[in-house]
Amino acid sequence: MWAQLVFAVAGLYVLGAAAWVISAGVVRPNDGGELLNVACDPTRELWRDLNAAFVRAYDEKHGIRLTVRQSHGGSGSQARAVADGLAADVITLALWTDTDAVRKAGLIDAGWEDRLPNRSLPYTSTIVFVVRRGNPKGVRDWADLARPDVAVVTPNPKTSGNGKWSFLALWGSVVWRGGTAAEAREFVRGVYGHVPVLDPAARGATMTFAQKGIGDVHLTWENEAHLEVAEAGGTLEIVYPGRPGERPLSVLAEPHVAVVDRNADRKGTRAAAEAYLQFLYTEPAQEVIARHHHRPASPAVFARHRDRFPEMDLCRATTLVPSGRWDDIQRAFFAEGAEFDQLYTKKK
Amino acid sequence: MAVETLIPASGGRQPPVPVPDPGADGPRSPDRAADPWYVRYALVGLTLLIVGGLVGLPLVAVFHHALANGLGAYWHNLTADPDTRHAVFLTLMVAPVAVGLNVIFGIAAAWVIARFRFPGRTILTTLIDLPFSVSPVVAGLVFVLLFSPTGPLGGWLRDNGFQVLFAPPGLVLATAFVTFPFVARELIPVLEAIGPEEELAARSLGASGWELFWRITLPNMKWGLLYGVILCNARAMGEFGAVYVVSGRIGGRTDTMPLRVEKLFQEYNTPAAFGLASVLTLLALVTLVAKVLIEPRLREKPPPSVGEP
Repeated sequence: MWAQLVFAVAGLYVLGAAAWVISAGVVRPNDGGELLNVACDPTRELWRDLNAAFVRAYDEKHGIRLTVRQSHGGSGSQARAVADGLAADVITLALWTDTDAVRKAGLIDAGWEDRLPNRSLPYTSTIVFVVRRGNPKGVRDWADLARPDVAVVTPNPKTSGNGKWSFLALWGSVVWRGGTAAEAREFVRGVYGHVPVLDPAARGATMTFAQKGIGDVHLTWENEAHLEVAEAGGTLEIVYPGRPGERPLSVLAEPHVAVVDRNADRKGTRAAAEAYLQFLYTEPAQEVIARHHHRPASPAVFARHRDRFPEMDLCRATTLVPSGRWDDIQRAFFAEGAEFDQLYTKKK
Repeated sequence: MAVETLIPASGGRQPPVPVPDPGADGPRSPDRAADPWYVRYALVGLTLLIVGGLVGLPLVAVFHHALANGLGAYWHNLTADPDTRHAVFLTLMVAPVAVGLNVIFGIAAAWVIARFRFPGRTILTTLIDLPFSVSPVVAGLVFVLLFSPTGPLGGWLRDNGFQVLFAPPGLVLATAFVTFPFVARELIPVLEAIGPEEELAARSLGASGWELFWRITLPNMKWGLLYGVILCNARAMGEFGAVYVVSGRIGGRTDTMPLRVEKLFQEYNTPAAFGLASVLTLLALVTLVAKVLIEPRLREKPPPSVGEP
């Protein structure tokens, strides 16, 4: 008797859960009250604050209380997921090729880069070093990373935006100082020769370095470095890589933002999605961006936070290929069998 | 020997009747004098050390970290964040549905394999074990390829307004795939041990297939089924790899409890991460207790009578 009752309750529960699961799969058109931002990995704290500010501002202006959902992961994997049907209204990925991969999948219209101010870049960033307290290995400049006693932690360039920017910064550190491609190849191969782990995404690499204590140098986004050092309670410090007496040198990391046209149109969220991205260029949003150690696009806000951002020579990655096109960077460095594959497999 | 000829020839599945041996009549007890005491103590000590180190310490550590800031903070960590609440809710929705699917598939598969001989039976038995040997990540990627809108199936579903990938239905499919063997694996030996005799008898007395299942087969295998369900559920709630791939990691939408634990940990929210992890651990402990309670029932001989009151 009791057993039958228990079975009946369990059966009803499973049926109810099944009904919920199926209803959760049904796409309801025009429920424009929710936006999905598919973002790269190390911007979780930034978007939490930006979303709260945007929801407030949008509510004040339009009287509609939006919900902004976040998905974070390696930039390359995120682009792939959106192409595979992850219903992002906006993508805020780590670099041009990942955003453009979604365009190539037919989800974004051509010319997305010119639809928002500053080439769709509400902020820029760069790659810096994080080292253990007191910098025991004495790592000051890019050249130090090739030393055999220095273990470098950085994510996998195949899946992660951080990984790609690290690779480009390493390569550029030779080329921008007048070195040849052959010298750059030799240097980069030396560095990846002592990368103990290639995590799939930026935050995973941070955990590897900060929590698991693996490696001597962590190559990461400037904002991620500041958060990592703040959370580590004095056991880590930042190094801005440069030769003594020279200005620090690194890559200008450009994380573009874009509305995913097909999804926004299908879900009826275009107006909210466009307002969301335009909001990023407003004064309050730029303030949030600067406080999270991203370099804001607004010169006024940047000037106000000058002390947060040491002067650096930040070089654009597109100078690394003769055509200056991102597609050629992808082809030359990260495509199947290109530079990264060659030097990383030869290591073994 | 004469005794052996008395065993019915059809009793191949029954446990062999022990041949009486005048030399060893009583219950066979291990010879305690065989191993010197220090060997026994060393082995027991080593086992305890390994179990304590590999299982006990992490268990203690989870609860230690979870409760580091006191019970109030623990409760706050679990209930204050809507994304965490949703993760608990989602797991309580997804795991039972996956288990329910596997009960249906598992009974069907075990029945077919235990009761019938047909070409391809060995292949089917092997296929049931496939999810054990396939990496969960690969399992997840298979579903991504299958239901991606660029493929025919995913494209058709999208045009008809149904989202499988990066939504709860995809989570259920991935979880069900990974946990598929648990129910079937438990039931095949149980059904084989029971044998078809009672079912044949019921058939000969005019029972329909449905009556046969509810009155004979199900009561006979209920403990095996429950055991399989418990193992399946434990794995379903804890599944990470396959679910990670198909979830899209949307906070408050497709993060199950294990995914949420990882996310909290990566967002430097260690107490909340361990708090949620401790809930998963508690579920595992409940599973363990249920498993221990059921195990003796499994070893019981199935009830002998067809006409049980």
